[in-house]
Amino acid sequence: MTETAAIISVHNLIKQFGRFAALRGVSAEFAAGRFHVILGDNGAGKTTLLRALAGLAHPTRGAVSVLGKSPRQACRDIGYMAHPSLLYDEMSGMENLKYFARLYGISGDEPCAQAICAVRLDPALARPVGQYSQGMRQRMSLARAILHDPKILFLDEPFSNVDVHSAQEMVRLLKGMRDAGKTIFVVTHQAALVEGVADEFIWMQAGQIVDRTASFNQHTAGVQRT
Amino acid sequence: MNSLWPITLASLAKDIRLEWRSKDALNSMLFFSLLVVVIFSFSFDPTAEESREIAGGLVWVAFLFSAIVALNQTWARELRNQVLDAYRVSPAPANALFLSKALGNFILVMLLEAVMAPLFMVFYNLRVLGTAWELIPVCVLGTWALVASGTFFAAMSIRTRMREVMLPLILFPLSIPAIQSMVEATRIILSGDGNPRFWIVLLLTYDVVFTTACLALFETVLQAE
Amino acid sequence: MKKAFAILAVLTALLLIYAFYQAMWVAPTERTMGDVQRIFYYHVPSAWTAFILFFVNLVASVAYLVRKNPKADVVALVSAEVGVIFCTVVLVTGPIWARPVWGIWWTWDLRLTLTLVLWLIYVSYLVLRRFSDSAQTPKLAAVLAIFGALDVPLVYFSIWFFRTQHPQPVIGGGGSIDPRMLHVLLINWLAFSCFAFLVCWARYRLEILRRDVEEAEALESLLETGTSATIAKGKVPLGGGPR
Repeated sequence: MTETAAIISVHNLIKQFGRFAALRGVSAEFAAGRFHVILGDNGAGKTTLLRALAGLAHPTRGAVSVLGKSPRQACRDIGYMAHPSLLYDEMSGMENLKYFARLYGISGDEPCAQAICAVRLDPALARPVGQYSQGMRQRMSLARAILHDPKILFLDEPFSNVDVHSAQEMVRLLKGMRDAGKTIFVVTHQAALVEGVADEFIWMQAGQIVDRTASFNQHTAGVQRT
Repeated sequence: MNSLWPITLASLAKDIRLEWRSKDALNSMLFFSLLVVVIFSFSFDPTAEESREIAGGLVWVAFLFSAIVALNQTWARELRNQVLDAYRVSPAPANALFLSKALGNFILVMLLEAVMAPLFMVFYNLRVLGTAWELIPVCVLGTWALVASGTFFAAMSIRTRMREVMLPLILFPLSIPAIQSMVEATRIILSGDGNPRFWIVLLLTYDVVFTTACLALFETVLQAE
Repeated sequence: MKKAFAILAVLTALLLIYAFYQAMWVAPTERTMGDVQRIFYYHVPSAWTAFILFFVNLVASVAYLVRKNPKADVVALVSAEVGVIFCTVVLVTGPIWARPVWGIWWTWDLRLTLTLVLWLIYVSYLVLRRFSDSAQTPKLAAVLAIFGALDVPLVYFSIWFFRTQHPQPVIGGGGSIDPRMLHVLLINWLAFSCFAFLVCWARYRLEILRRDVEEAEALESLLETGTSATIAKGKVPLGGGPR
């Protein structure tokens, strides 16, 4: 494992929702240009960690630094794809992307069309997103996340409810982005899909990182596939 | 923030397009205020003289209730598929979102008033005895008072467990001075009895103070999770 | 800390008894209103105390938004709760006094209406606190408190102008007050303020304790589910112990 500069560092992160704690003192550093996979049972804190890294969840205690800044300050370098689509169901893919492009100060159809083509969808498709299949919607959601060409991508369950073929295609796409120098974080239950592509597996349990391994099999117990 | 207005307009255009496709808020609001007008006219059967005294109150209460319908719809749309998170991770200023939502609601409620005001005039046999044009600033300032603070508090209440129920509970107590100003100004203009200037100035003050506070604090509300 | 609280509690109790004695027996009987006027020694100090508490709420809310210190949020919560209680006392004692003196239970008088609107605003503040998820409650509540404070002068002017347009019963508040009455009033106010401070203090400690317990429970419950899952799967126990 070669030493690369840390792009994200997390220090003693605690996140509490009332009587429920989601993160219980997470400290870690993540290197740039790598494909990280976050694994763990339901309720292990994976999504909360991802949201804290993306600046959506404010830690109860502790600090997150992305590119040496707060996640909010680094927001132009962050692409975030959540479990829900983060798209307006009543508008077409192109209309959605044009709106979100404006939020990043990007105007014109060209970048939007490029992002849609990158996920292998047709920019001319006039159907509203609400009528897309789950796989298409996930890919359109990914297109929204990569629209502004961020350095870091946070993806929450990008392969859930997607057929194997589409999922493999998405993994190929992500691999291409990693090879182009982007840092990728994926929360998933389907570790088998990303085996051989991912650089690092991060095992979470009970709101803590319990192990970090270079390959899926190095972690003895493994995680149930759901 | 030079990106404020382009993003406000983009967001407003998006909202108008979505509203145009579904017409959810507009239709439910129109029908709701029609119901309020009909029920009020059953409940009170006033003579023309009396109705001039109470119409200001009736009209604004009807608009207030209908505005609640629109205000709650505004943010419900952003919560579906958690689209609001996409806005929150973007560098777009929070106030652009607030302004676009408030302007969108302003347009909706003004439309509603344009349709419902003649209906009120017919149902209650109203004839303006004061200076009729003064109703225009009262309408504009009053509507902005309702939608600016309403949009803000809707963004707060949508995050609570009671969601839609919560909005009137926090909006009504705080908007008491605004509602009183609108009602009094309208009553004075309709009955031609006195000068509404004090109430219009008070309404303007409310608008300025509350809009400033909304713009100063919206980022805090949007980024609270 | 505990000792100071006990001393203050005893002092407050003595002060309240002394103030009660002063209000009931020492203060002179009002010429026209009679003994009913004595409710004034409870009504007015309650109102002053409530207003002070609402002011404390505003300061604590602003402090919370600036400093993000959870203790400021607790102060804001506590002062609003106790303030609403004192405000309720004002709204209940007001009509009891008004009925025999003015012949009516309620009038849209400036001070009465302002107190009522304040009460409504702070009740809605407490309702918001009650029904929002705990992670975001402090921020939303602090924001609402600021709006509430901004609203007060506007309410004041609207009622003030409304009143000048509509006939109102004459209220004999403008005249001079007997110095002995003022003396009793101030003693009662002191006693009430001490009492309010005592209640706030107790409530503050309780709330801090409740939050500590909640936090500990939250971390513990996560740890328990974590370790039980570990044991079930035969994994190695967690590295870091419970905090």
